[in-house]
Amino acid sequence: MAKSASARTAPRLLSGNEGIARGAFEAGVRVACAYPGTPSTEILETLATFPGVHAQWSVNEKVALEVAIGASLAGARALVAMKHVGLNVASDPFITFSYTGVKGGLVVVTADDPGMHSSQNEQDNRHYARLGKVPMLEPSDSQEARDFVLAAFELSEQYDTPVLVRITTRIAHSRSRVEAGERREREPAGFESNREKYVMIPAHARKRHPIVEDRMTRLAEFAESTDLNRVEGNGGGLGVITSGVSYQYVKEVCPEASILKLGLTYPLSARLVTEFASDVDQLFVVEELDPFLEEQVRAMGLRLIGKERVPRTGELNPHLVRSAVRGVAAVEARPGLSDLPPRPPVMCPGCPHRGVFHVLNQLKCVVFGDIGCYTLGVLPPLAALDTCICMGAGVGNALGMEKALDGDRPVVAVIGDSTFIHSGITGLIDIVYNDGHSTIIILDNATTAMTGHQDHPGTGRTLQGREGPALRFEELARAVGVRHVSVVDPYDLAGTRRALEQAIDVDEPAVVISRHPCVLVERRTDSQPLCVDEERCEACGLCLRLGCPALATVPPRGASRKRKARIDPVLCRGCRMCAQVCKQEAIVRAGGE
Amino acid sequence: MSSITNIRIVGVGGQGILLASSLLSEALLHSGHDVKTTEIHGMAQRGGSVFTDVRFGQRVYSPLIPEGSVDILVALEVLEAGRHVGSLREDGTALVSKQTIPPLAVALGAAEYPDDLIDRIGAVVRTVEVIDALDLARKAGNVRTANTVVLGALSRHLEASPEVWGEVLRARLGARLLEVNLRAFELGRAGNAERDSQAEPVTS
Repeated sequence: MAKSASARTAPRLLSGNEGIARGAFEAGVRVACAYPGTPSTEILETLATFPGVHAQWSVNEKVALEVAIGASLAGARALVAMKHVGLNVASDPFITFSYTGVKGGLVVVTADDPGMHSSQNEQDNRHYARLGKVPMLEPSDSQEARDFVLAAFELSEQYDTPVLVRITTRIAHSRSRVEAGERREREPAGFESNREKYVMIPAHARKRHPIVEDRMTRLAEFAESTDLNRVEGNGGGLGVITSGVSYQYVKEVCPEASILKLGLTYPLSARLVTEFASDVDQLFVVEELDPFLEEQVRAMGLRLIGKERVPRTGELNPHLVRSAVRGVAAVEARPGLSDLPPRPPVMCPGCPHRGVFHVLNQLKCVVFGDIGCYTLGVLPPLAALDTCICMGAGVGNALGMEKALDGDRPVVAVIGDSTFIHSGITGLIDIVYNDGHSTIIILDNATTAMTGHQDHPGTGRTLQGREGPALRFEELARAVGVRHVSVVDPYDLAGTRRALEQAIDVDEPAVVISRHPCVLVERRTDSQPLCVDEERCEACGLCLRLGCPALATVPPRGASRKRKARIDPVLCRGCRMCAQVCKQEAIVRAGGE
Repeated sequence: MSSITNIRIVGVGGQGILLASSLLSEALLHSGHDVKTTEIHGMAQRGGSVFTDVRFGQRVYSPLIPEGSVDILVALEVLEAGRHVGSLREDGTALVSKQTIPPLAVALGAAEYPDDLIDRIGAVVRTVEVIDALDLARKAGNVRTANTVVLGALSRHLEASPEVWGEVLRARLGARLLEVNLRAFELGRAGNAERDSQAEPVTS
């Protein structure tokens, strides 16, 4: 079942995300929905290029799954993709959809991020398979990503259940060989009324739960013999139970080991696992993050070595796996060069968010942050954010602090345009309804930037290129009852400051829309770089506090011991924010030299 | 395991490392190898440290290069070369572009950009090739082709034929970018490698 018998294209190098998209396409998926989230974003971007697939950005993962459920109930195959925290947002429909079951197969792809390369936590979403009582597949490379998605749709329809396909960053963003096949078109059967199955009032839901439990029992039996799981090696000696990318690390550093490679990682077959365990002398479980497999194997009464040696935090790699299994640091890492300056990611030269953060620093507010490029505003020298918890959190956080402190200190929340649509609107309504007077700053740069510049309802353009009406933030804010709404260009520091002061001053909710396109989207070729007039520069360092990568200092020249400022003309985008903070008027247009 | 060749490409987000890695891995695939690569997205354009691993051989398992097993470190920027030199095998090769991009801490005066990195790298790595990629990219016609220049220099260490490289570049690059990138690749491949520790680092 795992390998398609019709695979016939020449091998190509695909990422795991592209493999998933390929598998969904070949499975006949008709509707695919997602909200961008690293490391899952390319799944929908790839699906959007295939004919016959309606692929859309939804406003958030909950809506994405709900749309896909609608398609499934019409008898069409549907797929939803998200990063790990996205499943938290979609968890409400996810859990109950396990009770109703599907009509057309439905696959939920969760792309976890061990090591938090671009996330605010490293939660282990395998727990959702257990909580939701759904089967889960974990591919170990791009070929399996394609193969397992095909298998997942079969399983979904055969066992009447959504199926979770779980990958991690090193699967999503690693490339390996894939042989692909042909798409099998499927005509949706249409909706057939079945109120006891689809309407989850308690009377109906009580009848569905035992069906769900029975499904999991039958799936555990299936797990015993499916070729989604396989045993490698001849037994005796070292035995390792593993899945996902960890399997590749085990193969790399323990070539002599017998391996129980699990592709169906929930539910497990007790018989399969105990038989494997009885064939080896020493049993290990190698998995990233939580002891998800380990605890189930221990519950079967088996002895093993797991998290006492394999790290619970961060991602694994061959070195860590070798250390865990051999019990010793087998390869000493060569010393790198020491004392090298760090290089964290930064906001781009000309980033409009910089203007807002500079002004907020001047106003000394508590700043509730949110998720996007602007979260980088927490880093020095701007250090302008005080919190960042999850999508949309800042808006509600602001109200909470207000209520706790009796409106003592000005609180503002900054939130991106895409983030606001995702989950900030409800918080704004809460502020109006519960008599807050926080100031919400919507950073409207006309894109979903950090994940790679995707469109959203604020741009009106869809994933598949349709131009439609754009959501209007000003009107939305007024419609939910905010009377004080203003729009500023963050490149205009004085204007931005005036608008923020007024917004903070009024004793009612205020929305300030900071509107300027992301510099990476609007690639202007006419912006003139600036330069520093060294005779006027007093080396005061004020411009440097903006943290723009185009600004640096030069070693002192001549008699002066001061490090004056210098602007890199290749990096500078001519936004003039530094020119506005300079008290010596030493920053000018570079043209004419 | 020893039949696998491990290449790590490092640099600063925005230098075109992902494109270089993609072209390299395609060329290796079309030369008949099993290939795996891995990379980190999201932060790629925001000026942070980035690296990608490209591994090839008869059968590759881990997409990540095991610690200390990098055969060829390809660095598009000097500081990043220094940062990753510990991942190289002792008898490995460092191919380093002379380009320096000071990180924000240095620009703000809170840290120093070391001026002896090439020497320090040479002290711990058997073979160091330094290439003035920016200069060659300018000669090719566009300073943004520095990544292709470095790819050309790397190609001298690999068995993939010029025909395969040409096919890969043609397939991946649109008409507008093809000519200048072919020139950049050729200039890098023709070899302007120098081991010149007196030369001033070139700023971007």
